Amino acid sequence: MATVRLSFSPAPVHVRTARLVGVAVARRAGVAEELLDEVRLAIGEACTRAVALHRQYGLADLVMVQMSDSDSYTVSVIDRAPIEASVGLAKLPPDELADESLTDEALTTGVGFALLAGFVDDLQVRPVEDGAGTEVRMVWPVSRPPKQR
Amino acid sequence: MELSLATRTVAEHTVLEVGGEVDVYTAPRLRERLVELVDAGARNVVVDLGRVDFLDSTGLGVLVGALKRLRAANGTFGLVCSKEPLLKIFRITALDQVFPIYPSVEAATSATDDRDGGGSAA
Repeated sequence: MATVRLSFSPAPVHVRTARLVGVAVARRAGVAEELLDEVRLAIGEACTRAVALHRQYGLADLVMVQMSDSDSYTVSVIDRAPIEASVGLAKLPPDELADESLTDEALTTGVGFALLAGFVDDLQVRPVEDGAGTEVRMVWPVSRPPKQR
Repeated sequence: MELSLATRTVAEHTVLEVGGEVDVYTAPRLRERLVELVDAGARNVVVDLGRVDFLDSTGLGVLVGALKRLRAANGTFGLVCSKEPLLKIFRITALDQVFPIYPSVEAATSATDDRDGGGSAA
């Protein structure tokens, strides 16, 4: 069960809010201080991707972010765009990054995925179980003393 | 923190100082300013990321767009960045092979010879 759940309309201005909340929960969960910049960036990238997909498909549905801190810190960012939209995730080779034929959108998508893959060791992108959409699931280790019972 | 943009001229280079967060919300303002600068005739542009706290893929896309625009206009484009977290972003995305990245504005403005976007940065 999620510790914190956040839903927001697919507008760029709300991505910052999701980042701030995600980092605050990560800190409280016991994610190492030196990982927090990466947590912030990864949550931002996943939310940016979801917002871009919703806008691309004209979807007013909320983007959902679920944060859970049971044994590790898990963040799921869930969009409601058609599944085939997530297929375009691919890391671009360096010689194509500044290629004239590459569109800004393709570049941003490729770079965004490179950042997610580069900063999150435990990353999954998978279809949601009910209806259209994909879930970007990211897991970070937590370090804290075991709970006393 | 909000995006801040300030322009100054150093040794015939247009230096755009960027501060705050460059993300999907604020990056369009950065794109607008860079387009304005090029349209106004700037050909040697340096973007100083020294006061940037956060940079995401949208911001990186805007910087690549500026590089392409200046390359097409026979101009030069360089970045100033010495913060390790930001440098790591450039390494992970391989954009350190696309942008000339300098540790200071002085280094950027004095290294004009190779700065054509050829990707000489380590």
